Amino acid sequence: MALQRCTKHLFNNVRVCTSLIQSMMCSGGSTSVNPKPDADTPIFPGVQSQWAESLELIHPHSYNKFPVYRVMDRNGCILNPSEEPQLESEFVERMYRTMILLNTMDTVLYESQRQGRISFYMTTFGEEATLIGSAAALAYNDLVYAQYRETGVLLWRGFSVDQFVSQCFGNCEDEGKGRQMPVHYGSKNHHFVTISSPLTTQLPQAVGSAYAYKLANNGRCVIAYFGEGAASEGDAHAAFNFAATLNCPVIFFCRNNGYAISTPTHEQYRGDGIAGHGPGYGITTVRVDGNDTLAVYQVTKASREYAVKENRPVLIEAMTYRLGHHSTSDDSSAYRSLAEVKEWGSLDSPISRLRQYLALKGWWDDAKERSWKEETRKMVVNSLTRAEKVLKPDWKEMFHDVYYDMPAQLS
Amino acid sequence: MVSPVLRLCMRYRVTGLSSGTGQKSPALFHKFITKRYVEFNFSPEKPCEGKGETSRMNLCQAINSALHTTLVNDPTAVVFGEDVAFGGVFRCTLDLQKRFGKDRVFNSPLCEQGIVGFGIGCAVAGTTAVAEVQFADYIFPAFDQLVNEAAKYRYRSGNQFDCGKLTVRAAWGAVGHGSLYHSQSPESFFAHAAGLKIVIPRGPIKAKGLLLACIQDKDPCIFFEPKVLYRAAVEDVPVKEYTLPLGKADVLVEGDAVTLIGWGTEVHILKEVADMAKEQLKVQCEVIDLVTINPWDVETVCNSVKKTGRVIVAHEAPLTGGFASEITAVIQEECFLHLEAPVQRVTGFDTPFPHVFEPFYLPDKWRCFDAVKKTLTY
Repeated sequence: MALQRCTKHLFNNVRVCTSLIQSMMCSGGSTSVNPKPDADTPIFPGVQSQWAESLELIHPHSYNKFPVYRVMDRNGCILNPSEEPQLESEFVERMYRTMILLNTMDTVLYESQRQGRISFYMTTFGEEATLIGSAAALAYNDLVYAQYRETGVLLWRGFSVDQFVSQCFGNCEDEGKGRQMPVHYGSKNHHFVTISSPLTTQLPQAVGSAYAYKLANNGRCVIAYFGEGAASEGDAHAAFNFAATLNCPVIFFCRNNGYAISTPTHEQYRGDGIAGHGPGYGITTVRVDGNDTLAVYQVTKASREYAVKENRPVLIEAMTYRLGHHSTSDDSSAYRSLAEVKEWGSLDSPISRLRQYLALKGWWDDAKERSWKEETRKMVVNSLTRAEKVLKPDWKEMFHDVYYDMPAQLS
Repeated sequence: MVSPVLRLCMRYRVTGLSSGTGQKSPALFHKFITKRYVEFNFSPEKPCEGKGETSRMNLCQAINSALHTTLVNDPTAVVFGEDVAFGGVFRCTLDLQKRFGKDRVFNSPLCEQGIVGFGIGCAVAGTTAVAEVQFADYIFPAFDQLVNEAAKYRYRSGNQFDCGKLTVRAAWGAVGHGSLYHSQSPESFFAHAAGLKIVIPRGPIKAKGLLLACIQDKDPCIFFEPKVLYRAAVEDVPVKEYTLPLGKADVLVEGDAVTLIGWGTEVHILKEVADMAKEQLKVQCEVIDLVTINPWDVETVCNSVKKTGRVIVAHEAPLTGGFASEITAVIQEECFLHLEAPVQRVTGFDTPFPHVFEPFYLPDKWRCFDAVKKTLTY
């Protein structure tokens, strides 16, 4: 049978497509939008709105900015008692202890990189509330897609200090088998997808997983963490749009910490932060004081309930401040003053705020503080010393897991 | 050294065009361009033995059948992409939404990086995801998700996570008038990302079996579908489910003179070239369909080369960095002492894919036949 590669061939396809679309529009099927003469409201397929008969260019400042929800003031005092989460003392204490452990682990591991014992590290200083507050509000098996500054979420889930440190050393106890840089954690058992360096790629993936959970009807949701810088990537736009159009039970949790490495927010975006994107995509949105653990908890809990019940996405923007450097490869005094960092650390530390709340409740004191800090330090230092001596994985691991079965050219 | 352009003109006997005199014959040139088609014969497979009842299907119907089978047998499976709901711009997904519902067969927004990223996420959560990219030319926004994410998912997580349940389908290759952005063959870009499998069928029977194999494969696969064959390639395709092996090349014609290697549409051109060589040069060429670009069947290819000592690799994709380079490199490593002539590559030129010049651009039977003659007389 002789073929001719000529225009007739593709034209047939185009003609079919056009006629199919036409027939769908004429038959009054679900995709048809029939224009009415002199309608009171515009009935274009693309919009549901009103007419305007006087010209007005609508400027960004005329939109209301999203308010910042908080539960405590900076001294740990509840502002609106009806908003105080009714949590057991053990639970809040566990949140606080985890934040201290996180802080200690970050401090020791950062130092260990400075000493040349691990190759790289990223701290979460200043963002402990965003991580612990949100993690505590999720179900244990809600799937987490993270960026790289969400160590606290995995710590809350029960990933041990030994496991964190092993990953940093890439020794043979590392779940990731020594293949990735430090802080690229992942744990199937803790429902925390392995971190990858390319930013924002996890966002559309989180949407896909949420869609899968919806079809499986398993009552789980997915949370995707990302920074305000990562929100500039195209994948963020893709993710928001897919989540909204495909009705996915996914929480987009943005840690807006003021900096993407050296780039401050006023060079990252010009609109109302990341929360401002939400309405543009048709996504339910809330902005929260990210340094208020209780507020982050409340917001995440409410978002989770909504997402799972309605199978709709929610965008949370947690406002916070990155107290540490971007990573061990960064010295932030090159682009911000030490005074600025010091001020934030003393005026609005998430750890201090929760501590004051605990103290006001009578659930914490100096003795407990001292004792727990000592214990965490011992824990992390012992772990470090031990992990340093554990051997690296067999060199053959370099060639495994590229494919499910090893291909001939690698074996 | 004759320039490729001049060589083309000489072959097609366009008089009056030479490198020296600049004497042009516009009327003749114009007539030549509008009259000249690039012909090839689609060479159908014989009906399969022992695979049960068959039905006449073209390529897009065979693909539709594979998707249908998947949606029936795998309750988690979903099919999505731009315009798949109404049947797809090539009708490969015809009637699937009607039969399986909007939750499982659905349109996505117009965003390839979203389509593939979303597909990865579905796969990670245990859903079999068959994502469609409308034209392979538009796969590049998804390059990061495919190369940095999908390909590396299992490796970087220490095998805790993987997206093996993802298959990405895309319409591929020259169609006669597709020009820069409806004709591309981007397989070599992805061959460079270990962790992905890349598969290209030559006809309906192969397509159904290979697509089902890709969907069921434990690694993320890219399935490129030669769009020019969608309607016109018709075979007797088994009605029930069957898979064909990935990573295994097919020797379609046995011979001892020259090994001709190609994939997708080009396989049919090479079969014709083998016939031409038999008739005009009285030699029997061996024709190999590579089938899988990565991981590719080095053993079958090298066994053939060691027998013939002469090789032509042909593909529509441009020359530099095209997959023929990889095959050539391995052939000369593994079969150096068996070679009687350098490996010939007959490919698209190092230009974007042109519109009216497509007949000159493609590695058609005359260019391939020229290469056969050249290698035989080296």
